[in-house]
Amino acid sequence: MLRLEWIGRDTVCVRLTGAWRLHERLPSPNEVEQALAGNRELRRIALDASGVATWDTGLVAFVLQVLRYAERRNLLVDRDALPRGVNRLIALARAVPEKLLDGPDERPAWVTRLGLGALAISDATLASLKFIGEAALAVGRCARGRATFRSIDLAAVIQECGPSALPIVSLISFLVGLILAFMGAVQLRSFGAQVYVADLVAIATAREMGCLMTGIIMAGRTGAAFAAQLGTMRVTEEIDALVTIGIRPMEFLVLPRMIALVLMMPLLTLYADVLAMLGGALVGVAVLDIDATQYLERTTHALTIRHVAIGVVKGGVFGVLVALSGCLRGMQAGRSAAAVGLAATSAVVTAIVLIVVLEGIFAVVLDALAL
Amino acid sequence: MPSPSETPASAAIVVRDLDVGYGRVVVQRDLRFEVRRGTVFIIMGGSGCGKSSVLRAMIGLLPPLRGEVLVGGVSLWQAEEREREAVARRMGVLYQGGALWSGMTLAENVELPLAQFTDLAAGQRREMAALKLAFVGLAGFEDFYPAQLSGGMQKRAGLARAMALDPDILFLDEPTAGLDPVSSRRFDDLILELRESLGGTVVVVTHELASIFAIGDEAVFLDAERHTIVARGNPKTLLAESTDAAVRAFLTRGEPAAAY
Repeated sequence: MLRLEWIGRDTVCVRLTGAWRLHERLPSPNEVEQALAGNRELRRIALDASGVATWDTGLVAFVLQVLRYAERRNLLVDRDALPRGVNRLIALARAVPEKLLDGPDERPAWVTRLGLGALAISDATLASLKFIGEAALAVGRCARGRATFRSIDLAAVIQECGPSALPIVSLISFLVGLILAFMGAVQLRSFGAQVYVADLVAIATAREMGCLMTGIIMAGRTGAAFAAQLGTMRVTEEIDALVTIGIRPMEFLVLPRMIALVLMMPLLTLYADVLAMLGGALVGVAVLDIDATQYLERTTHALTIRHVAIGVVKGGVFGVLVALSGCLRGMQAGRSAAAVGLAATSAVVTAIVLIVVLEGIFAVVLDALAL
Repeated sequence: MPSPSETPASAAIVVRDLDVGYGRVVVQRDLRFEVRRGTVFIIMGGSGCGKSSVLRAMIGLLPPLRGEVLVGGVSLWQAEEREREAVARRMGVLYQGGALWSGMTLAENVELPLAQFTDLAAGQRREMAALKLAFVGLAGFEDFYPAQLSGGMQKRAGLARAMALDPDILFLDEPTAGLDPVSSRRFDDLILELRESLGGTVVVVTHELASIFAIGDEAVFLDAERHTIVARGNPKTLLAESTDAAVRAFLTRGEPAAAY
């Protein structure tokens, strides 16, 4: 609690009593400021805490604010009747602060922000190109048998992005096959051509959906994991430790991940194709009353090695994209927990955007080549 | 045998028959000591002797294998959840690496405990956070993120956060590890100054000899091989009088003949 008492015309005594602790409700220094605001004869404030029973830094904060107010108005403050600890803490808090580093700046003008944004984009593009270049060099060294990485790491990554991904790939592909068959059936039925559902499902999954869905699953599952792993290794200085003993992180960390995904993605794509066709067959046989042998026959008729090969090649390429974007974002991550989260997010976004863009390019090129 | 709630009034913390470890591995056993109110209590010992594990058991992070920890008469591991929370609120902890929340500014780091446990208005919380940061020499750094600071500054910011609620007991895990001698000396002075001004008890886990002699009122020495306390008392007295080889080696940096 606090009370103001006037001593003469130019001095006010602020008497503090009771408990001044953070857990209690603390009076605001504004009360003092408001009470003294209009008074022009005031020269001195005397603080008296002799009636304070218990105190903690709540009292110190109050006194500091009164001191600041007094400084603004050029008033003298008498602090003799404050506990010794309070005065010592005030001295501590007012000790010359550390020289400020380059701190959070004012928000720059929009032209500056535009310019900085453009520079950041060009920097990021250059960094990505450099990363891709280094990755290519690492692949070259690996082909000549000169790359340094541990085969056990490679095996672990293969396990992680191959067999461990089977359940989720199975589920998604099967459902996608199911959906394709349903969608196709609704349209084809109006021509009485529902038996061609088998052709539709087979070609669509083999050429497009199998590799696309697998790519997106792997971007979310494995690409994010790569970014988080490498980002955390940056935070804990593990990558610096590799560099100082002369090991290229690009070979030791990125290369096994790339190899693993390039090996696993085509296999996962094939597996996804089979599962999606099974899903389509389930709809065909159970819902559309197509004979099972007939469905199989239509499927084998529609499916050529060319369709399957296109899907598998695309799968491999998507594997490179997922691995590169995951590793790139991980290696670029800042050194904090929040930055690792950002890296994981941005790895997934980058990979999915690249996959969809490349899918479009493939479509145009394959059409031009009449494949 | 005193009942669990019966503790001497002068003791801020009582550790009774404590075994600390992980699964079947006992790191330290049969620990018995009292931390008197208003003292700086040092838990010392060589690297890997389990100092930090003992600290984790004392602040409620690591369930002990046996025994109990009484803080202000409340058993940390047997009391009701609410009682434990009330006890935890009166403790402040500075973790080894600072453990500042990297997604928050320094001011937000200090304000979070205040928002959680007090009714202060936002403006007052901000004021308190600025004050605590000023205590540790970080006035003006309120809006910086931890990643923008040096290691020593992060540690001091961690101390500001540990003091956010003016705790009765301050636990410091290796507060001066990784600091240069001058900064480390300043940190010790700061701890002493805060203890002088605010009162309260400080428990420090450390193996930095300079700090131990500068700030320690009392200490226990945990031995890595015998897995228990092998010496206790004022560090300077221990240096002068202890006959235990491990304690002597530790306090004299392995030179039995040399005085520190």
